[in-house]
Amino acid sequence: MLSRVAESLFWMGRYMERADGTARILDIHLQLMLEYPSADEDAACRSLLSIMGVTDMTGPLTSADVATRLATDKTEPASIAYSLVAARENGRRAREIISTELWECFNTTSIALPGSVAPERHHGFFAWVKERSAMAAGIAYTTMNRDEPYQFFMLGQGLERADMTARLLATRDLAGTGGASWTTLLRSCGAYEACLRAYRGKPTAERAAEFLLLDQYFPRSIRFSVNRALNAVHQLDPVPVSSRTGVATGAEWILGQAISRLQYQPIEDVLADLPEAMDKVQESTSAASDAIKERYFPALTLPVWMGEAA
Amino acid sequence: MSQLFANYGRSTDTGRTPAWDEMFAATGGGNEAEQVRPGYADLYEALSHMSQEELRGRADALASSYLAQGVTFDFAGEERPFPLDAIPRIVEASDWARIEAGVAQRVRALEAFLADVYGRQDAVRDGVIPAHVIVSAPGFLRQAAGIEPAGGVRVHVAGIDLIRDQHGDWRVLEDNVRVPSGVSYVISNREVMAQTLPELFARMSIRQVTDYPRKLAAALRASAPPGVEEPTVVVLTPGVFNSAYFEHTLLARLMGVELVEGRDLFCSGGFIWMRTTSGPQKVDVIYRRVDDDFLDPLQFRADSVLGAPGLLNVARAGNVTIANAIGNGVADDKLVYTYVPDLIRYFLHEEPVLPNVETWRLEDPGSLDYVLKNVRDLVVKPVDGSGGKGLVVGDRATPEQLEALKEKVSANPRGWIAQPIIQLSTIPTLVEGGMAPRHSDLRPFAVSGDGDVWVLPGGLTRVALPEGQLVVNSSQGGGSKDTWVVGTRAGEAPTPVVPQPSTRYPQAQGSIHPGHQLGQGDTFDDDDNRLRQQIEHQQQSLGKEA
Repeated sequence: MLSRVAESLFWMGRYMERADGTARILDIHLQLMLEYPSADEDAACRSLLSIMGVTDMTGPLTSADVATRLATDKTEPASIAYSLVAARENGRRAREIISTELWECFNTTSIALPGSVAPERHHGFFAWVKERSAMAAGIAYTTMNRDEPYQFFMLGQGLERADMTARLLATRDLAGTGGASWTTLLRSCGAYEACLRAYRGKPTAERAAEFLLLDQYFPRSIRFSVNRALNAVHQLDPVPVSSRTGVATGAEWILGQAISRLQYQPIEDVLADLPEAMDKVQESTSAASDAIKERYFPALTLPVWMGEAA
Repeated sequence: MSQLFANYGRSTDTGRTPAWDEMFAATGGGNEAEQVRPGYADLYEALSHMSQEELRGRADALASSYLAQGVTFDFAGEERPFPLDAIPRIVEASDWARIEAGVAQRVRALEAFLADVYGRQDAVRDGVIPAHVIVSAPGFLRQAAGIEPAGGVRVHVAGIDLIRDQHGDWRVLEDNVRVPSGVSYVISNREVMAQTLPELFARMSIRQVTDYPRKLAAALRASAPPGVEEPTVVVLTPGVFNSAYFEHTLLARLMGVELVEGRDLFCSGGFIWMRTTSGPQKVDVIYRRVDDDFLDPLQFRADSVLGAPGLLNVARAGNVTIANAIGNGVADDKLVYTYVPDLIRYFLHEEPVLPNVETWRLEDPGSLDYVLKNVRDLVVKPVDGSGGKGLVVGDRATPEQLEALKEKVSANPRGWIAQPIIQLSTIPTLVEGGMAPRHSDLRPFAVSGDGDVWVLPGGLTRVALPEGQLVVNSSQGGGSKDTWVVGTRAGEAPTPVVPQPSTRYPQAQGSIHPGHQLGQGDTFDDDDNRLRQQIEHQQQSLGKEA
């Protein structure tokens, strides 16, 4: 398939997942602010924005500002609105490849985006965003051939989900608050019941952490998401039979290392410096994304023509 | 009695001959139902069960469906659904037989003309069309000389704009053989109409339009360079910011081929390639939706980033087919248009099935004076404008506009043509005040591939939404209608329209046929070609004796 279109599919998957992840993280933040009325709101907001990769912050920040900025501000690259519009734009650039149903899902989502959301409706808005992402993922799952375009889509989705879960776990140490409880974190991933069942109703902090980081079976855990991305990489570039190391591409080394770092050390050590560990995960997904770009989407520079010398 | 048409009246426009209404033979007084033309009887019956509110509700549903599908156009920075009116246009089988024959004839003649223009120019030598008309046409490109299109096809896709005059006669308004657009709306209009107004379809047998992508794909594959067995066909788009991007994606999608942009292509080793995730892949046929000017910066506009540098040389080497061919603009030049009836007689030895609109060539002696004097009663058009760009309707223009026009026309008579103001036929259209007659035209599409011209049974009907407006174009606030060509039931097929033979030009002169040109060097390196030439030579001699 065309490299340009492959890149669009990859980013379509990433933006779709990013909208979903951002909705979950914002939901937690707003809930925390309610749980800790004495919290230092400004510090918590700054901490949240920096978790979301926003560097440009001025003045004392309130949760309402942050919610507006990260939810409906289309000019803020970290916002849900920006991600949904970007997912649609990438879908439009791959319009002839994706199914009509998937395109219409992105298109109508982008049309229905509200310009602003009143505070009492935030939770409902986040629920809507999660629903639309789930719908897009479901339509892709049921309407796309399992060929290259699908693998690029899954690759984007897997990478972004690992990244988003890492950012979500980073809110465990949100400045100025007691941090999100493991129960809140599990709930925001829709994982609370799944975790209770897995550990027969006796989840501890370690077990909850283990569940979101390393569970092999839970689809939002970092390990599961990275494995999904790895699986897509394998499908796109099967390891040659002659390869004795069993590794074919740069993205594979990076993702393999990231997952090993988490997997092959005691969970207590990971928890001892969770923000640092989560930073590493984000560095890895970003490096993997660059490696994929280099491998599949070589820079398409536009030619520039020099006029003849007069 | 239908509530919908209660206040339907003819255009209140005075001073002009009344337009032909497609649905009602006459209005005002009498029994409305008895005035319905036979082709519209079933539709009238279906509509009579519907109130205006209900129809409006359906119209809104059409619009929101288009919005959801992204069938939109950009209006002042805002996305609006492509305007589709809920009342279809109906073309009866006998009318369609004439249109089909006329459009196919026209395309065959233009094809032969292009082969001649970029070949031996017999038509010039035989005095059918003056050389200066050809070389002064902005669409005539010297770069196109020497590019031999595979299968002899240059006009893979044509859109011939037709109108119906005051007497109900179909006429050709203009030809589009460069990059005609709009066919996607024919396909999407039909789909959304069937979903939203299914009851209108009941009782009528309407010919399908869904064959188009298949026919186009087959034609494009057939036009691949010789020797390529499984050709790679692509659609070349200027990109997402082009107003016809929806159409480009639709065609690529329904043909199952890649939609490429200029930056996805590069030339190397005499071939053209696209950049894919598994390395370069050779491209054999490019259905391009990029204008000639932007196609190859090495040959045309050097600042173009929409094309592929070197593309033309690959085409000249015969290693890629560009569809439609470059340089086709000479054939749909509006001054050349005035010669098309003669070109039909000359190349095909047939009388035109569809007449032109009467047109003044401003370079003819006396013409310019006449047009300048009577400009208020005329439509004046630039020869290379499309979509109604630069067109002036005499009785609608302000005195200042007319003065400016006269100045421009006098300075460059070759650049303009003049036509009488024709009242385009009207069709009932749902506007704010209810059902009202609006002027319309029709663009049927023809696809040429396997030595055969296929005309899509249907076409894009465009309506001018403002009352009395005669310029029908989506860039001028126009709407569209689904166009239903009524199928025939067994045993009542219309008599096929066979063009009348023409004797104006003796057979011997028109020896060029589309599909095999003689080639400029007359090289005899190919036995088959030589044989063919000799056979033709013999035919010519016979013709002369006769």
